[in-house]
Amino acid sequence: MIAPGTEVKVKLDWPELRGPCHIRTPHYLRGAKGVVERHLGRFANPEDLAFMRPAAILNLYHVRFAVAELWPDGHANDSVVVELFEPWLETA
Amino acid sequence: METTSPPRAHHDMGGISKFMCETVDIAPHELTDFDRQVDAIRSLLGGKGLMSADHLRRGIEAIPEETYHRLSYYQRWMRSIVDQVITAGVITEAELRAALEQG
Repeated sequence: MIAPGTEVKVKLDWPELRGPCHIRTPHYLRGAKGVVERHLGRFANPEDLAFMRPAAILNLYHVRFAVAELWPDGHANDSVVVELFEPWLETA
Repeated sequence: METTSPPRAHHDMGGISKFMCETVDIAPHELTDFDRQVDAIRSLLGGKGLMSADHLRRGIEAIPEETYHRLSYYQRWMRSIVDQVITAGVITEAELRAALEQG
C-alpha cells in the first residue's frame, strides 16, 4: 500500500497501441508526477472485468496533480485529483 | 508532453484543447423512454452476469470514432449492448433484424 503524501509517477505506458483494451488512466496523465492523497479501497481490476476475465483485486488511490505540470497554460494553484489503480503508479 | 505522446484513443478526451474554445454542455438532460429502456436492459444483463459496467464501457470505447460522435449517450450504450448480446449468443443477428422489422 502507498502512504498518503508519497510522490508517484504514472507509468508511461500506452496499452491502447497494443490492441483492444479498457483503461481508466487518462491519456494526459501518462508519465506525470503527482502525490497520493488517500487510499480509496480495493477493487477488481476494470481492465480485466471489461473482458469478463478473472480480475485481481487492486488498491485504488486518489492522486493529486498540479495542473501547471500537465498543461503549459495551467494556473499555478490549480490541481486535479484522479482515481488511479496501483499498477499504474511508480514510486521513486 | 502532447507533441511526443502517441495518439490518444478517441473517447479519451480529458484535457484536450478543443474544450478551451467549445463550451462543455453540463446542463441536466431529460431522460427519454428510450434512455430508460436501455438502462433497464443493461441492469437485466448485469443481474444475469452477462454484462458488467466495465464491459459496457469497453463496448462503447470500441465504437468507431465517426459513429461515436454521432450517437447520443444512451445510443452508445445500446450499441455496446447489442454487440455484447450478439457476441454472447443471447440473441442472433437474424432475430434482432426480424424484431426491428416488426417494429
